[in-house]
Amino acid sequence: MNPSPWRVFAALCRRDVHVVARELPFFLLRTTLQPIMFTIVFGYLLPKMGFVQRGYTGALLPGVLGVSLAFASVQAVALPMVADFGWTKEIEDRLLAPVPISVIAVEKVLAGTVQGMIAALFVLPVARLIMGPINGLDFAHFGLVVGMTLLGAFTFSAFGLLLGTGIKGEQIGLMFGLIVAPMIFFGCAYYPWKALAAVPVVQVLVLVNPLVYVSEGMRGVLTPALPHMNLAVVAAALVVISTTFMALGLRTFDRRAVT
Amino acid sequence: MPPAIETRALRKVYPAPPVRRRGAGGPPMAPLSGAPSPAPAGSKEILALDGLDLEVPPGEFFGLLGPNGAGKTTTIGVLTTRVRPTSGSAAVSGIDVQANPVGVKQHIGVVPQRPNPDRQLTVIQNLLFHAAYFGISRSDAQPRAQALLDQLGLGDRGESKVDQLSGGQQQRLMIARALIHEPDILFLDEPTVGLDPQARLSLWEILRSLHGEGRTIIMTTHYMEEADRLCDRLAIVDHGKLLALDSPAGLRARAPGGTMIEVTLDGEAAPVLPALLGLSALTRTSAKGAEVVAYAERAGEAIPLLLRAAEQAGRLPLDIRLTPPSLETLFVSLTGRKLD
Repeated sequence: MNPSPWRVFAALCRRDVHVVARELPFFLLRTTLQPIMFTIVFGYLLPKMGFVQRGYTGALLPGVLGVSLAFASVQAVALPMVADFGWTKEIEDRLLAPVPISVIAVEKVLAGTVQGMIAALFVLPVARLIMGPINGLDFAHFGLVVGMTLLGAFTFSAFGLLLGTGIKGEQIGLMFGLIVAPMIFFGCAYYPWKALAAVPVVQVLVLVNPLVYVSEGMRGVLTPALPHMNLAVVAAALVVISTTFMALGLRTFDRRAVT
Repeated sequence: MPPAIETRALRKVYPAPPVRRRGAGGPPMAPLSGAPSPAPAGSKEILALDGLDLEVPPGEFFGLLGPNGAGKTTTIGVLTTRVRPTSGSAAVSGIDVQANPVGVKQHIGVVPQRPNPDRQLTVIQNLLFHAAYFGISRSDAQPRAQALLDQLGLGDRGESKVDQLSGGQQQRLMIARALIHEPDILFLDEPTVGLDPQARLSLWEILRSLHGEGRTIIMTTHYMEEADRLCDRLAIVDHGKLLALDSPAGLRARAPGGTMIEVTLDGEAAPVLPALLGLSALTRTSAKGAEVVAYAERAGEAIPLLLRAAEQAGRLPLDIRLTPPSLETLFVSLTGRKLD
């Protein structure tokens, strides 16, 4: 008798909860230090020195949360995948579980999504503390905040699956240098997309970057009074992008798992 | 009852490994797992299995013997659903591995070539979570895990971190993990590579007792002695093909007559060959590079004749090695190469 895939899925989740809970402080340190330092410089020091306007923090906070959850989600999935398929082969005990192997990949993406959301949840009060009161910050649409965080984290978690299974272990450094870093800088995290109208070419080019939609989406739900991309456009873009990443990621995962 | 495993005309062709640009010269890196033998010159693909037919009845201790790159690991990979065959079919307990990999996984336990425990978990957690992946409740898994650890000499290591175990202990943990869901068929891929002699002997004992409990065991090895001592039947494979299949005793009986004499000369061996073929004391003779390999019923008589013939052809012997008729000599006569 085969166990139900749900039961196996639950066991895979328990394993990740067990491991992630123990590693959580290190995980948060690794994934949120960069956005937090950015917050200190751009959300505290520069406004104090008078280089940026006080109102800037309203545009910055949602972007910083977007970066945090994107960066954490990608790392949570991609790094273990690269190691597991590259050298430790530890995932093999799960690949032997009597379920379709896509169940294992989906569970990893789900775990990455939750980790991304935890990172955002951790950064929010820290950033608020550093920046002081933020004009326009509004938690009235809490359901939308959760939904947008979920969608953004899922998108980047699926991207982590694709990266982690699609590239070789020795290229992991290259991946962060060439893909993740530009994504963060051109992801409208530190400036609103509407403001890019000042440089129209860039405003169009950055639309290929999924982080743009996450940052703008976070603006739409956290600081709805400030300029942001239409939420319906954001949601549609993220659904299309995450579905594409997931489909491609499942394929590369399958190719690594069954050679 | 269906055979424990059955393969028909099983073929596996791996795509060509990517060309490595870094570092001039040097041989290309072997693929990570399986290390299949290179394909014929000119073709870039790697032929790992070339029409393999195997049938193993339930309850047998079956060995796949072959040198590195013979296709042993690929065979195990196909049977454990981790390698997709290019053509042909494979079934485990009558279940087709491609049509129903999930069904196959329910019946098998796999001990990998290199221990790959979940290093984030303790020893016993490795077993408990693996049981959970098979839908076994914690209350059932706990006593079973402890019993397995006791049986495998890890009874007091349950709470240890995996990294605190020795290589042999990790290998035993892999066996415990492979058994926690009580599979009918246990696959072991080169289970004793890298173990010290004592750990190897203790592993042999464990495998014998598991077989005694009625389990089917499929093991790959390139250690002749291991295959000889443990297996009911042995398949000798090379270049992805089945070369011989019989009990160890049956295979030994098929070894070419007499002692294998290997002589290393101080130059090309080919000029010596015509003179050797005329010697009635030698049953079979071949030459490759500076090596002459010959078989003789009475090696003591044949060696002086062989050496004289070599000297007359202008060659001096540098080294002589003798191997009595054994699986080893059969293997060399079948494959033209040694195991290691």
